[in-house]
Amino acid sequence: MSRITPQEVREIAALARIAFDDQEIARLTGELDAVLAYVATLREIDTTGVEPMTHAVPFDCPLRPDVPEAPLPAEDVLRNAPRRAAHFFEVPRMMSAPDDGGGSPGTS
Amino acid sequence: MIDVAGAEIAELAGRVRRREIRARDVTEAFLDRVARFDGALGCYLRVDAGGARRRADAVDAAAAAGRDPGVLAGVPIALKDIFVTAGVETTCASRILRGFVPPYESTASARLAAAGAVMLGKLNMDEFAMGSSNENSARGPVRNPWALDCVPGGSSGGSAAAVAAGLCAGAAGTDTGGSIRQPAALCGVVGIKPTYGRVSRYGVVAFASSLDHPGPLGRTVDDTAALLEVMAGHDPRDATSIPAPAGGYRAAAAAGAHGLGGVTIGVPDEYFQPGLDAEVEAAVRAALDELARAGATLVPVSLPHTQYAVATYYLICTAEASSNLARYDGVRHGHRADGARTLDELYARTRGEGFGAEVKRRIMLGTYVLRAGYYEAYYGKALRVRRKVAEDFAAVFARCDALVTPTSPVPAFRLGERTADPLQMYMADVLTVAPALAGVPALSQGCGFTRAGLPVGLQIIGRPLDEQTVFRVAGAYQARTDWHTRRPPLTAVPATPQGQP
Amino acid sequence: MTAPAPDGAGYDTVVGLEVHVQLTTHSKIFSGSSPAFGSQPNASIDPVCLGLPGTLPVLNRAAVEAAVRLGLAAGCRINRRSRFARKHYFYPDLPKGFQISQYEEPLCEGGVIPFRVRGDARSVRLVRIHLEEDAGKSLHVSAGAGPAGASHVDYNRAGVPLCEIVSEPDLRSADEAAELMRAIRTLVRALSVCDGNMEEGSLRCDANVSVRSRGVATLGTKTELKNLNSFKNVRDAVAYEARRQAARLDRGLRVAQETRLWDPARGVTAAMRSKEDAHDYRYFPEPDLPPLALDDTWIQAVRAALPELPEARFARYTTVLSLPAEDADVLTADSETAAYFDAALSSAPAASPKRIANWVINEVLPRVDHAGRLASDDVPVPAAALGELVALIDSGALSGKLGKDVFGRMWSDQRSAREVIASGVAVELSDVGAVEQVCRRVVASHPDEAARFRAGEQKLRGFFVGAVMKETGGKANPKVVSEILSRVLA
Repeated sequence: MSRITPQEVREIAALARIAFDDQEIARLTGELDAVLAYVATLREIDTTGVEPMTHAVPFDCPLRPDVPEAPLPAEDVLRNAPRRAAHFFEVPRMMSAPDDGGGSPGTS
Repeated sequence: MIDVAGAEIAELAGRVRRREIRARDVTEAFLDRVARFDGALGCYLRVDAGGARRRADAVDAAAAAGRDPGVLAGVPIALKDIFVTAGVETTCASRILRGFVPPYESTASARLAAAGAVMLGKLNMDEFAMGSSNENSARGPVRNPWALDCVPGGSSGGSAAAVAAGLCAGAAGTDTGGSIRQPAALCGVVGIKPTYGRVSRYGVVAFASSLDHPGPLGRTVDDTAALLEVMAGHDPRDATSIPAPAGGYRAAAAAGAHGLGGVTIGVPDEYFQPGLDAEVEAAVRAALDELARAGATLVPVSLPHTQYAVATYYLICTAEASSNLARYDGVRHGHRADGARTLDELYARTRGEGFGAEVKRRIMLGTYVLRAGYYEAYYGKALRVRRKVAEDFAAVFARCDALVTPTSPVPAFRLGERTADPLQMYMADVLTVAPALAGVPALSQGCGFTRAGLPVGLQIIGRPLDEQTVFRVAGAYQARTDWHTRRPPLTAVPATPQGQP
Repeated sequence: MTAPAPDGAGYDTVVGLEVHVQLTTHSKIFSGSSPAFGSQPNASIDPVCLGLPGTLPVLNRAAVEAAVRLGLAAGCRINRRSRFARKHYFYPDLPKGFQISQYEEPLCEGGVIPFRVRGDARSVRLVRIHLEEDAGKSLHVSAGAGPAGASHVDYNRAGVPLCEIVSEPDLRSADEAAELMRAIRTLVRALSVCDGNMEEGSLRCDANVSVRSRGVATLGTKTELKNLNSFKNVRDAVAYEARRQAARLDRGLRVAQETRLWDPARGVTAAMRSKEDAHDYRYFPEPDLPPLALDDTWIQAVRAALPELPEARFARYTTVLSLPAEDADVLTADSETAAYFDAALSSAPAASPKRIANWVINEVLPRVDHAGRLASDDVPVPAAALGELVALIDSGALSGKLGKDVFGRMWSDQRSAREVIASGVAVELSDVGAVEQVCRRVVASHPDEAARFRAGEQKLRGFFVGAVMKETGGKANPKVVSEILSRVLA
């Protein structure tokens, strides 16, 4: 019984913003299914009451003093830009981009 | 031309500091070796001969002026192309970072340079550190210097092969699930994955943030210790950097030569299971006998969650990788698909064209397991099992000072042998992932050769922050053996790596 | 107590706000470049905030302190351990492809923010306040790069520290939403954590709006409104959206859960075309930042350093000083105004607070661009000088009208009231009436001397002039005094 379908693989590809052709989708479906089957072995372990281990360090978040540093020269910032317009990075406009102020969904 | 083939790092640096030899001559000797031998191996993605010469000249000038040229003065090293180097292209062996010239330097490479080391160039690797054979590079595979039809291991395949072939005196790599130790084992060199946080990750392109461990590879235990002493230490630019002081590794290794009396070594049962190559097992068991003769007490131990480590690792590392690689989108650096008419088309085609198959596979898996609704079943579960794995180590370290195991279940396999089945490739990591999950230090050193002449690696695992004991055991073993003196036979094939003068 | 305020007949409006507060620190939240930047794009950038490969975040202590200050002022529970999380989405202004924010274990939880609607006390409960980083900005241009034009991306703002305040859906009207924003603005300015400039985006508001039939307890489907960059826009957008939703329900249609953009020119909200996956942010704990731990001692120190909060100050002004609510509102809008008022009051303890309030509101505030100027060294009339002037007026030595002229000269010449009056100019030109009042008062309080003067003791003129001069602190023009006394003593 497969854990993942080609349709779901397409959904994930869209989430991950990676273009695949049909052949790749088919191959990936098989490969991901095999890996998911393998990792399902973790279900055998009882982890009730076990805290997730998100970090391999035992200490807390260090804090940095609020001291400004010199910024990168503008040319260094844009040096690697595949496409630029004057001092900006340039991208095609999103078809559904709001006219103003909408911007990033997370921060308005 | 100076004969640099046999010299250890400390000796080399000492002779440069005492002005018995010139750093420039050492650098030329290594550049010459790269030019002659790397064509057959493919270790280097970029040789920065101009930069190396300038650095070497600066070291000589400092020594001549009576200024301290550093503890690694004139030592030619090379960096896995995952270390960000200011002004020198850094690609992670990926098409998506082609042309990326960073405006800043990694802490680890800056420290090596500040100690007088001379960077010869950037080394080939599995793309974005994802792989165990260096066959996932967008720039072609690396070949094992001991057998050109075999893999060097990965993902730091270029680093291990370059050290083994004497194309640099030492190298920097990264280990996320075994990527320093396994290639070190397959190439018969020494490599250490230090305690997590021991070497700064600032300027190391992230694959799996909670699992990435930058570290050194060298011909000998002392070489590796010398490099780690320079690379290690707290970095305020890395919030996961260990505040505790680092050092004393060379001394610990030297102390090992006097024996291992009082040292208890655990031998975990789960690392000697069917599936372990017979010659690998024989070599490791012989090594254990040698350690016992050196005075160590061997005890059998158990790490019961070992069988789940690979699954745990591949859930955590792919989730974190899918996140870390989201920034590669053609907007600020690297490859950008032509003619994209919308933003989403730009993203999807850039990433589709720019990433290799293994990288895409892992991003897909990672995206899947982080999806709302799947998180607890996969990623959340894996984080809890990770703690169980770490607790296994903590429990055995109550009774032992170190653990010794094989590093890789098999010696170097043939190019193309495992590329059809990703899962089979993942199994190459079965003996190395658990220490990475737990963050404990682990080193690999050569402990023999198969009848076919392929190296076998011995893994030494230590308590968190206790690299010294690891080096002590490694030093003890090396003092009693001579595997590290063997050199692979090299074929001179003209090299055309990028950036040749 | 919140009072239901129907915006659509038969429906109650329910509103919650998500407010982003840009913190005024000297460096960004996770890296060293400055969050204060000018108009040159991509000029305040470091490798970390640009998300370059290999870079790592390191948390700014001042951002944590500002967030704790805000949380304490809002009565939140400050979590001794909190975590950062990655929130993933693809957008050009988000350089890493994820935003470092807080998800399951935020810094502050709970809390209450009081506010007033036309004098009525209200309050809203908070869900949480957490720390996160800001994204860059995209400017959309019509030409280039794609058939819909191009976007030009500027990362100056990427990495600026933000506090996100999330309220419960306790608001019941557009007015309440606007007044809550006003109260938040006053609060963050009083705490010096943010300059509260909605037009420039240092204080941003998203409103979650839904309606439900009168008396129903369950919440209706909510929409998220964006682009509310002024109190007026908050009020107008919420009011419009409530009416729009009510109208749909009346027609038997459903309200779609979506994000809508307020268009102030057309006075409507419009749906943003959103992607189905837009809300699967795939949160997981930020592996590059260990959990944040705060100790009690440090939190107590931050609490002890909190200034008088705007609502407490408002209560003091209205109950202790008996100022009317409208005056108290103006005086507490900025901590500089309140500090100026308090200083003027304490320099003239006998003066009436209401009079001082009038002067601050009607004469001082209109003369400054912004309240911050009141705290600067070069404010033309320092608080103590105003206090002195008001004391003179209160004592009758100066009439209100004359006082205005004096004040005008005090402001333009940067001189004290006494200096201005001593120069004689103001008194000579006007307010003979005030001097006359003083003369009459002096004469009335010295009947013996008055009788003797009228009887012929002319030298007593000097006595009276002296008395009047003393009474006016020497400010009246002696010639004028003499002439007036002649009339009064006639």
